[in-house]
Amino acid sequence: MSVQTQNGKQAAPVTVNLEAKLFTIRYKADTAPHLAIRDQAVCAACERPCETFCPARVYEWQAGEGRMHVAFENCLECGTCRIACPHQNIDWRYPTGGTGIAYRYG
Amino acid sequence: MAKEHFDAVVVGAGPAGAAAAYTMAKAGLSVVLLDRGEFPGAKNMFGGIIYRHELEELIPGCTQERTFPVERHITEQRYWLLGPESVVSIGHKHERFNSEPYNAWSTFRVKFDPWLAGKAEEAGALPIYQTVATGLIRDRSGRVIGVHTDREDGDLYADVVVIADGVNSLLAEELGVHRTWRPDEVSLAVKEVIALPRETIEERFNLEGREGTTIEFLGATSQGMTGLGFLYTNRESISLGIGVMVSDLMRSGVKPYELLESVKAHPMIRRLIKGGETKEYSAHMIPEGAWRSMPKLAGDGWVICGDAAQMVNFVHREGTNLAMASGRMAGETIVEAKANGDLSAQALAAYERRVRESFVGKDLKKIQRMPEFLASQDPKQLFDGLIGALNEAAFRFFTVDSRPKAQTHKEIMQDLIQAAGGPGGLLRLAWRGWRAING
Repeated sequence: MSVQTQNGKQAAPVTVNLEAKLFTIRYKADTAPHLAIRDQAVCAACERPCETFCPARVYEWQAGEGRMHVAFENCLECGTCRIACPHQNIDWRYPTGGTGIAYRYG
Repeated sequence: MAKEHFDAVVVGAGPAGAAAAYTMAKAGLSVVLLDRGEFPGAKNMFGGIIYRHELEELIPGCTQERTFPVERHITEQRYWLLGPESVVSIGHKHERFNSEPYNAWSTFRVKFDPWLAGKAEEAGALPIYQTVATGLIRDRSGRVIGVHTDREDGDLYADVVVIADGVNSLLAEELGVHRTWRPDEVSLAVKEVIALPRETIEERFNLEGREGTTIEFLGATSQGMTGLGFLYTNRESISLGIGVMVSDLMRSGVKPYELLESVKAHPMIRRLIKGGETKEYSAHMIPEGAWRSMPKLAGDGWVICGDAAQMVNFVHREGTNLAMASGRMAGETIVEAKANGDLSAQALAAYERRVRESFVGKDLKKIQRMPEFLASQDPKQLFDGLIGALNEAAFRFFTVDSRPKAQTHKEIMQDLIQAAGGPGGLLRLAWRGWRAING
């Protein structure tokens, strides 16, 4: 993506290395996923805004397999998908006590 | 933990829960303080400012302690209205903010929350961390009598359950106190903590010693969405972030991490964080519904506090403040009810009255029209159009080009009025904006 300035000239493109950002966060992996897609067929028919609004890119549509991949181990537990999934198609729970993210600053 | 019974179980050891647990434990009640994190604060993030007054109200003298976990006391607050490559700013700095008692500090939740929860533990609250409250236990009459947890034999029974489980309040939803928030009742904030040498921060922000600066910014940085950015100085780092309405995020297709990266690249911000190293990326939702989204606050065997009840004054950047106040009032109400031997729903309803009559309720009511005002505006017009026009107006105002001032000023006014949608539009905007922050 890039930033468009007022006089029309293109500023230097902004590149984002999300993996590097996520790498800064301390996680303790849960044994089982705390996020689940209720019905993959609903995702197939959806515009899938979750692929953009999730701050950790947890949701990625696998076109080949026709299913939504959920990288729950990257989840920041913000709950945006719980509220913003257009079809309430995400079964959202808290990770098991003591697991998931543990910020170092917050 | 089979069939253990307590005076109160507090779910969530954030500022609201810790304040409630502290207040009750100090009065001699048996209290459990539950938290799902590895430690209190492990799951929490905020912009980074806490205020003295409510802390001192809760625990007199606590902000004077050597262990009080803060970064810098705030002496300067700035507001930035950003164009794509410009800024119009107002701000205030006062030497009085540089002497005790300080008004506000920057801090981190991973330091602050365990410290406050520790106060509750010292007062006698029993900490049970790394434990999720998975549901409410209710008796045949429907009264809440405890919580299920994800520990083996982990049911906890209590006279009152204090629901302080944050913005994703699954317990309150289960109870039917409120439905899942709508996307226009919450924002998503993303933040980075960016490390810089202490001297660099002090030079860049014109600070001495432990003085600190806050900058709230809005305009081009939210990319046509309703949003607010923040930049706060810590001792050896900067907290930089931006929150945008979840409803706008869904519409725009903007990725939160790309939004944050373009904030970091803004010419006015880039210079302030230059050479810094990102220590942590984080994300958290913020309640934005204010008074009209606030649910019923007390019922049969339960009370609800803080973010779980939408208690955030987003106009004035106060959240933890309201959380602590509501937790304290919940605790005080339960202590009184216990002393009177009446823990009925009617007795607990005193908490609701107390909150609504305090600054918490009054301030949230004062801004009650703000969410609908913002929802009624096209964010592109407000944040790009109007703020952009203001920046262009300032640019022309300060450009010396030997044209008659009267002519330039007239053109500036015409452009500003046009950006606001004509003379009627400007008046309407001013009137509705005024009403939005005045009840």
